[in-house]
Amino acid sequence: MIDAITGGLNGLVAGFVHLHWSNPIMILVGLLLLYLGIKKGFEPLLLVPIGFGAILVNIPLAGLMDEGGFLRVIYDAGVMTEIFPLLIFVGIGAMTDFGPLLENPKIFLLGAAGQFGIFLTLALALALGFTKLEAVSIGIIGACDGPTAIYVTSQYAPHLLGAVSVAAYSYMSLVPVFQPPIMKLLTTKEERMINMGTVKKSVSKTTKIIFPLVVTVVAGLIAPRGLPLLGTIMLGNLMRECGVVERLTKASENEIANIVTLLLGISIGATMDGRVFLTYQTLIILALGLLAICLDTVCGVLFGKLMNIVTRGKINPLIGAAGISAYPMAARVVQKEGQKYNRQNYLLMHAMGANTGGQVGSVIAAAIMLSVINGMGII
Amino acid sequence: MDNLTFGISIIVVGMGGTLLTLWILSIFMVLLKRIFPYKEENEGNKER
Repeated sequence: MIDAITGGLNGLVAGFVHLHWSNPIMILVGLLLLYLGIKKGFEPLLLVPIGFGAILVNIPLAGLMDEGGFLRVIYDAGVMTEIFPLLIFVGIGAMTDFGPLLENPKIFLLGAAGQFGIFLTLALALALGFTKLEAVSIGIIGACDGPTAIYVTSQYAPHLLGAVSVAAYSYMSLVPVFQPPIMKLLTTKEERMINMGTVKKSVSKTTKIIFPLVVTVVAGLIAPRGLPLLGTIMLGNLMRECGVVERLTKASENEIANIVTLLLGISIGATMDGRVFLTYQTLIILALGLLAICLDTVCGVLFGKLMNIVTRGKINPLIGAAGISAYPMAARVVQKEGQKYNRQNYLLMHAMGANTGGQVGSVIAAAIMLSVINGMGII
Repeated sequence: MDNLTFGISIIVVGMGGTLLTLWILSIFMVLLKRIFPYKEENEGNKER
């Protein structure tokens, strides 16, 4: 009788007994993510489920990420198979208007410059001793694009998925904080005041419909390893622009995207088990991720300056900062910064063009990176 | 392949490849705009 009661009581304290020192710290990290999402409004759709997932997985003996555990089932079904990021891409494509980009195709190049941080950070990660595939996954944080980072990391360095995805999503939300000082540092007051005029509506519906098809075929042929990413975002955009599958478009940008975002967020949070997550390596990844996004901004603005010279002062270099994929935050930052120096300056639509270029650019950069390392025989 | 060779190669091919691909796509965009110029179009497609 006494033994039975003692055994029963032991069962009630087992959770506390098995608490690893790292678990309470990660529960606090989960609470911090919840705070940032709920109170500060930083990417709440993701930080709330990620934060809660982090809390769940750090409560011992619940077995949520053990074989058959409910988070494990979701993780295996959606993250390891890459289905979740791809479904989110259909939704992103359905939400994105490439009109401002098509109005001024040359600013597409800013979307390429805004990805250079990926490759520079990859090289730095290699120098710091990460393996090639780990470096690829760390560099991809510079895409400033959560689904792309998750897609690449889940394939090539799944043990880094928690750190990479938290870095990708949290830094995306911090774009308004770290971009303005870089933009100010790299441009003169005269450059920031350049008025690019208004964007005229000059793109036909046919062009908008054919655009996603051209991107899929051309970029798919150049970098076939990234076709799932390209194909899904362009499918979503084709559905949006053709206008004949409104129900599918709405489902992609609402119901499907919402359900997948919830499941993806909680799955990522579930990778943040303190015993695996709290390492020196994680801190390095977080630092490299921040550097990657800063380098993207630097390269984007510098490329904007180059385009300003080539076009004889017609391009405001600030829009180069919108060449990263954080849509539409980066474009809003450019608009706000531009108006600080010239109240008559409306850079928003130009920046939106660069920003959508950055969205396509980030996917193409990832696709090219995968195809290049495949060509080198690394994967 | 050692890390240095890999790092330099991926910077050159990756950055160059991304820039080149987007440049090619921007040319296609210009061509598309010329072939299908903007005009007031009937946007009244109905859902099938």
